[in-house]
Order: sequence, then C-alpha cells, then structure tokens
Amino acid sequence: MTDPSREVPGTDAPRTAASPTPGSTAGRTSPAVRRRRRMSRRSRRDALVFLAFAAPNLVLIAMFTYRPLFLNIQYSMLDWTLGSRTATFIGLDNYREFFTSDAGLESLRITAIFTLFTVGGAMVLGLLIAVALNIDVPGRGLARSAVFAPYVLSGVGVGLVWLFIFDPNFGVLGWILRQVGLNSPDWFLDPEMSLVMLIIVYVWKNLGYCAIVYLGGLQSLSQDVMQAAQLDGAGAVRRFVSIALPLLSPTTFFLLITTTLNSLQAFDLLRIMTPTGRGTNTMIFESYLQAFGGYSRAGYSATISVLLFVILIVMTVAQILFVERKVHYA
Amino acid sequence: MSAPARPAPESAETGVPRRANGPFSRSNLGATLAGGYLPLILATLVMVLPLLWMVVSSFKAPHEILSTDLVVLPEQPSLSNYEAAWNSVPIPRFFLNSVIVTTIGSSIKVLLAIFTAYALVFVRFPFKRVIFVLILVALMVPPQVSILPNYVLIAGLGGVNTYWGIILPGLGTAFGTFLLRQFFLTIPPAILEAAEIDGAGHLRTLISVVVPISVPTVATVALVTIVTEWNDYIWPLIITSEASRMTLPVGLTALSNSEGNTGSGWGILMAGTVLVIAPVLIVFAMLQRHIVSGLTQGSVTG
Repeated sequence: MTDPSREVPGTDAPRTAASPTPGSTAGRTSPAVRRRRRMSRRSRRDALVFLAFAAPNLVLIAMFTYRPLFLNIQYSMLDWTLGSRTATFIGLDNYREFFTSDAGLESLRITAIFTLFTVGGAMVLGLLIAVALNIDVPGRGLARSAVFAPYVLSGVGVGLVWLFIFDPNFGVLGWILRQVGLNSPDWFLDPEMSLVMLIIVYVWKNLGYCAIVYLGGLQSLSQDVMQAAQLDGAGAVRRFVSIALPLLSPTTFFLLITTTLNSLQAFDLLRIMTPTGRGTNTMIFESYLQAFGGYSRAGYSATISVLLFVILIVMTVAQILFVERKVHYA
Repeated sequence: MSAPARPAPESAETGVPRRANGPFSRSNLGATLAGGYLPLILATLVMVLPLLWMVVSSFKAPHEILSTDLVVLPEQPSLSNYEAAWNSVPIPRFFLNSVIVTTIGSSIKVLLAIFTAYALVFVRFPFKRVIFVLILVALMVPPQVSILPNYVLIAGLGGVNTYWGIILPGLGTAFGTFLLRQFFLTIPPAILEAAEIDGAGHLRTLISVVVPISVPTVATVALVTIVTEWNDYIWPLIITSEASRMTLPVGLTALSNSEGNTGSGWGILMAGTVLVIAPVLIVFAMLQRHIVSGLTQGSVTG
C-alpha cells in the first residue's frame, strides 16, 4: 500500500506565485490583503469543485454504508418483525439470546469451523500451488490463469456446478466413490457433511487468490540469499522451510487477515448450496436467514450483524497494525 | 556443449534460459516433467475440470444426466437444455436484467470513483484526510452487514422489483476511489501545472490530462467493478421477488429451487450456469492481467 499521507505538492503553485502582480497595485488595499482575499476566493471555488466532484459518492457511501451501521445498533435493541409498523424496545435481550441460545452458539461454532478450515485450506494449498507456479517452465502462465479464474466467477454459478458434482445420485463424485466401493455421504441432508462440502468448494474457489499473492511474495524473494544457501549445500526443501517461509511471513500474515475477513463474509456459496442453512448457518448467513429466510426477525438479525461487524473491526485493526509493522520489516 | 553437472531442478529454478540446459533438454526432460509439470497439470485440472463438466453437461440429454453410470460426453450434443431454460424460465430476461444493472451500475461507479479520486488528490479542501480515512473504513464494511437497513429504506421508497432499487445502494464506491487515488498520487505535478498555466479548469484537466494518462488503472477499476456487479448476489436477491427484475444469479436461484435436487433439472441448471459464468470467464481470459492486479492490489509489492 502506498503511504496515504502523501500529498501532491505544488498543484496550486502557479497561480499562487503569479497572484501578486507588481506594478498594478495602485489600489486602496495593500497587496497582502488583496492576495489573501484572492486566495480565499480561490479556495472557496476549490471547495465548490471538491464538493461537486466528490459529494455524490460521499453521500452514497454515507447513506448506504455508514447509515446502516448505526441503524443496525438501533435495530438490535428492538423486538421487531420485518414489515411491521411497531417494534418493542428490549435492550440487550437479542444479544443475550445470541450468546445463550443453542442456535446462536451453534452459529458461532459453525462460523469458527468454517473460517478456520477455509483459511487454513486456501492458504496451505495456495502456497503449494504458488511453489509449483514459481518453477520457470513454459506454459505456466496458462496454469496461473486457470488457478485464479474461479476467484472471479459468480458464487452462485460455482455453487451450482459443485452441487451437481456432489449430487449423491447423479453426481460425478458419487460415481467415483461407488467405483471404489463407497457410498456417497448425504452431502445435502447431513448438516455436518453439508459444512464439509461447503468448506471444500469455498477453498476451491478462493485458493487462487492465495496462490497468486504467495507467488508475488516468492518472486520478490532475494535470489542472492537463495543461491548463497544453495552454495552452502542446503537442499530445495531445506531452503524452502528455513529461508523462503520465514521471508514470506509478511505475505502469510497479510493473507491470514484478508482471507479471514473474506471467509467471515462468505454468503453466495452458502445460500445457493444450502438454502435453509442447516449446518452451514455462519453468522452472516444466520443474520440473513433471521431477517429474510422466513422468520422476519429484523431486530435479532441486526444483532448478529453488529456482532459480526465488531469481529471484522478487530481483524481490520490487526491488519492496520500489521501494515505499520510491514513497512519497517521491508 | 556438454551439459554442466548441475542437477536439473535447480537450473529450472534459477531460471537462466540456456538452450543446452533448458527445461526440455534431454538431461532435464524427466525432472521437468516430474518436478515442474506434474504439480502444474494437477492444479490446472482440479480448477478446470469442474467448469468443463458444467459445459459438457449442459449439452447432455436428460437420460444421460439421470444415469447412475457416468456419461462423460453426450452422445448427441444438443442445445435442448438451453432451449428448455429459455422456455421454462425467463432466462433471456434474467440475462438482460444482469446486463442492464451491470452496465448502468458500473458506468456510474467508475465515473464517481474518477471524480472523487481527482478531488481527493488535486483539489484543495479542508478535512481531505479525514474524508479519505472514512472512505478507507467504508472499504472494510461488508455489504452483507448493511442489507437490512438498506432494505427497509429502499422498500419504503418503493424500490422493490425496480432497476433503481437494485442499482442505487451499491453505487457509492470506496474500492475504485481508493485504487484511483493511489494512482493519481503518482502523477507528476508538473503535468498538471502545465495544464493550469494553459488555463484549463479542473474539469478540463481531469478529462484531457488526468484520465488519458490513467487509462490502465481506470480499466482495472472498470473491469473489477463490472465483474463484481455481474456476480452481485445478496442485494438483488433480497430486493427482487418478481422474475421480470431478477438478475441472472437470482434467477438461477429460483430455477434451482424449482428444478434442483430432483435430478431432471441439472441439465437446464448447467445451461443457465454457463450463461452466468461464461461471460466473466471470457472477459477474464482476455484481460486477466488487469483483473488480477486489481484484485490483489495492496498485497505484496504495494
């Protein structure tokens, strides 16, 4: 990331320098006053330009990103059926319900499992693929594209493709399992297996991102260090474990944060592959189901959104602290 | 020239291309295949096969899909699934809606991003840094967290099942603004001074100086925005209930609810899935460099 505190100097320079026009100062006011007045006229015009350029976007962000954050806090203290004109203030009861009810705790557990395994899976596999992509052979550009492609595809589309593959009766996976004498698990009806299925598909869709970021990290490693280690007799594995991995730690940490944030926000695959969310109702999915999945419990849904946002903020702060550290690291 | 006695994988890694010692020379061929190509081919297959399966299945007849034996290739590839998808659900309508929403939505977003980024970098204004930090924070807020309040607002304004209701809440753009601002900061001030001396106002400077030298970055922002908009799911899902306004992902959800899990609908569903995936895949194949760099921005090199 570029340092956000950088400013372009001197964009105002020409007119400022040209503003005191000597010789023509035969007026009642001193040049300094006139200059200040002209400056303020100029900065007023600049302010208008700024508002004309930036205000539409800023207003939209305020309306549809910031306003909901605060409204969620308000909603979260209500017992409110979506669509109803009346709501009852119930204080923190919704929060109490989330942390004491079986459904709430189950949602926390599922979020933790889903996040842990998808982050771990995508990062480990991503790193392995990055190592493979880093070997300089012709045609690796094609592999690079293939690996990254699922990351940009529609979650709904990817979910449907994999639903078909996982279909216990007509899917390829079931057929393969039958060839080796196994029965296909009931991916669609068994809640635990549904979660396993979603973790697999989510990792498939997102490991390309980890692979490409890791590949960038690998390619920026100093070749001198690697060659020195090679001359000292370190084998390929040893060089990877003792030199490359530690040097990649900023990349690893960056990926840990971003993929965790992404996993906490996963929705499309969950919704299309398990519409009722049995066994796969992570916090974000549970929040959706509570409001729009037939319960219409707007207050409780907002509560889960608030809690999720708090978690995301904590992760984001961790990331900012890390970026600071990375600057010194590099 | 006698090949140096260095072991093959290392020469492949250090990567100085030398013909006699290249990856396909006789002494290296085996090692290249095992160490270099096997993992690559494996990774590529794992990523490509499911998508290939989708395409192949979309051309199969129902009995080939409903068979418990594996039918790899359709005996008589036919477009009947596409026809069925075309006739049974308004897939052309979904497609058209997706095109409309994506086109209008991403055009406005890119324009907003350009203007905001220009203002943040080149126009004097108090509290610019505060505003920028607020945009950065907005970048971290997942849209899923804001859907309920936004739904209440838009539904209250009568935006359910309307194009503007689908498009409006997503128009504010923090991502594009951020990416463009970072690029604008690298433009040498001298270029803008020249424009200013020529008497160009901010609008002229933006259109005839800043945008032309920012084309690659604008393209990156545009591509990522288009792909995101095309794939967008949770908001269109909530704000539309009539087929006449559903986008492709939402329409496929409806189709999956009615046809999925019964078996008979898989061919039709795969045909619909091809329609949602193929356009992005084609765009990605042509312009992947921009898309990859846009999506992994700020990661390593920064």
